[in-house]
Amino acid sequence: MSGYIEREKAKTMFADIIKRFHDISVDPEGYAREWKKKTGGKVIGTLCSYAPEELIFAAGALGFRIFGSIAAISRADAHLQAYSCSLVRGALEDALAHRLDFIDGMVFPHTCDSIQRLSDIWRLNAGTGFHLDVVMPVKVDTDSAREYMVAVIQKCKIELEQALGRSITDADLERAVLIYNGIRKKMAALYTLRKDHPGLIPGSDLHAVVRASMVMDRNAFLQALTGLVEDLEKRTGAVAGEDKRLLLAGGVCNLPDLYGLIEGAGGTVVWDDLCTGTRQLTGSIDISRDLTGAIARRYTKRAICPAKHRGIKARGDELVRMAKSVKVRGVIYFYLKFCDPHAFDYPYLKQMLEAEGIPTLLVELEDQVLSKGQLQTRCEAFIEML
Amino acid sequence: MTITEKPVDTEKEKRKIKSVKKMKEIMTHYYIDAKTADQTGKKVAWITSGGPVEPLIAMDVIPVYPENHGAMIGASKMGADLCENAEAMGYSGDLCTYALADIACSTVNGGPIGGLPRPDMLVCCNNICGTVLKWYEVQARYYNAPLFILDTPFCHTEFSEEARQYVRRQLDEYLAFLETNCGRKFDQDHLAEVGRLSMEGQRLWQAVLDTAINKPAPMSAFDAFFHLALIVTLRGTKTAIDYYTELLDEMKTRVAGGISAVPNEKYRLLWDNLPVWYRTRWLSDKFASHSACLVADTYTSAWCGSLKYMDETDFLNSMAEGYSRIYLNIGTDKMADMVLGMIDKYDVHGLVMHSNRSCKPYSLGQYDIQRIVQEKRGLPTLIIEADMIDARSFSESQVETRIDAFMEVLKA
Repeated sequence: MSGYIEREKAKTMFADIIKRFHDISVDPEGYAREWKKKTGGKVIGTLCSYAPEELIFAAGALGFRIFGSIAAISRADAHLQAYSCSLVRGALEDALAHRLDFIDGMVFPHTCDSIQRLSDIWRLNAGTGFHLDVVMPVKVDTDSAREYMVAVIQKCKIELEQALGRSITDADLERAVLIYNGIRKKMAALYTLRKDHPGLIPGSDLHAVVRASMVMDRNAFLQALTGLVEDLEKRTGAVAGEDKRLLLAGGVCNLPDLYGLIEGAGGTVVWDDLCTGTRQLTGSIDISRDLTGAIARRYTKRAICPAKHRGIKARGDELVRMAKSVKVRGVIYFYLKFCDPHAFDYPYLKQMLEAEGIPTLLVELEDQVLSKGQLQTRCEAFIEML
Repeated sequence: MTITEKPVDTEKEKRKIKSVKKMKEIMTHYYIDAKTADQTGKKVAWITSGGPVEPLIAMDVIPVYPENHGAMIGASKMGADLCENAEAMGYSGDLCTYALADIACSTVNGGPIGGLPRPDMLVCCNNICGTVLKWYEVQARYYNAPLFILDTPFCHTEFSEEARQYVRRQLDEYLAFLETNCGRKFDQDHLAEVGRLSMEGQRLWQAVLDTAINKPAPMSAFDAFFHLALIVTLRGTKTAIDYYTELLDEMKTRVAGGISAVPNEKYRLLWDNLPVWYRTRWLSDKFASHSACLVADTYTSAWCGSLKYMDETDFLNSMAEGYSRIYLNIGTDKMADMVLGMIDKYDVHGLVMHSNRSCKPYSLGQYDIQRIVQEKRGLPTLIIEADMIDARSFSESQVETRIDAFMEVLKA
């Protein structure tokens, strides 16, 4: 009887902890507004995992990743053709509909062609405060590119200081590096727990944590994350669906439903290579005397987005290595319709994975709304086949 | 069925640009040279249309342009089929159709010239888009050929000092890449000479385009789409200079003789974006039927638009800026400024924009440019939804209706 009570108590505790992440994931704008009201701080919008969040944190501001609304697009249609992805159109829609009116400024890192033009259109129309373009190198595998990356980050630091009217000291940078290294280390621990104990944390819960990591006050986030990991460590007994281990790869995932769908179809996601997942969590920042340089160097070392270049097979080699090391039976790859970098990479990634006996399923997301029935059937058929 | 002999249309004959024949000969020779490179021992490099070709010419490497090939595929109306092949290979049909057609063409040696010669190396400059990076990665894997990437940071509002240094350093890396892959030392003096020829060719090309300032215009954007091939593929050679010198003479003669591209030119228009390669004739006739001439375009002028940043006496150093600040590598508002400049220069009555689903850097932002043009010049504008080589994205009846409606507005 006491075992039952213990288990129920543990469940309630987990539910309490995880609820906090879900609340933010469901209404990130509401969270940011509240944060701003409470702290009087500045909120800086970002659109990509290459945004140097460490500098934003060091400047005392809240980095707010814009995910793009799932609301109907109307205003953005006056600026973007229908052949731009739903992330780009949804983000602009949010800005034009004044849903991002709490934002004091934007930091636009250079990534794909669509975000590149979105930056211009945003600067001309969005009215979300100051606008910083961070034109990072596209290749990250040469000395000149790495040095350019350092120069770009240094410049971004100066521009942020000017825009926010405060200086970023070495102590500020050190605090930021410690926090971000802490977050990335703890997120890695969370991912490892999930890999070693599939089913311990449902995919939609992990998704909520990842989303919160890009929005929540980073000190509070690290604290909450630490609590979550400690709680999960106590409950590592629960193991489910070991035989259908899957890896999720691709672009931005805004859809908690997708995880439920895969799990409902009998699969267990044990790892990911996603923009809203491990890609932003890889690479730690060296604690050195030149912290700005150290922050920049991490951006050349982290797992790359397909819009960046680190050799012609870098992503394929890494994906195969990852899939083997976490022992998955299959890979579900998804990207948003009109995402060129991912669409160019998928055929060769599929080929490399299949050469290793790892089948793949491609899911191209038309809008941010799923046609659930069809996707469920495809996931079921794929998982069945494994 | 009765067969009636068509009388020779002397008016039409008079309007034909005579240099066209020469141009076709030059391009045929160029492709024969490229396709027989394995017999002549010359190296072949594939290079993006906005890429720095001068170092290749200086190293006697034959530059081959998959994008020019893509245009040929489009003009031969073979685009849709090849794109379908690429889709069967697993590539999304939403990708750039130049890339799709080229990727498919490589595996079947298809297209109008039976495919391009195998590359010994690939040179990719991302000043035109990020797509070329992914496309050249695909081809570098397919051909197992070395790839050099010239990364030209996007100039949203400025060309920064750190970007200048980065691009300049990469130019040295580029020369070193060529030395490695050609197995001999790079000749800087030769580059200086090629650079001089390149700039002279660009100036001549600009002069050719500028003849359309005349009223009526002796050539149209449709002519420019055709004659563009040499400034893209043979920039930096004497051949391009000789050809454009002749073409310029012909245009001046036409101006003097009052020979216009479009009979009774009444309306002058500016074209934006790549051509609709498989429908150039149809579009040209359609506009001509309204006495409208597309006198200039933002596309063909991109190959001489950054001349102002180049320095003939210091070519290598000035390449960094010249190749970074081209039309597609600048912010949307800067592009709008250039469009406004062209509207004034060529004294046009309206703007026709091709919303090209293949080309995001060119097309996203067009609606804002349209708005700016309407606000600052009050000109009518028309947007045509299409694709540069995939005819499946072109609806003739829809485009025709829109052109007719647009012309009605202009005439009103």
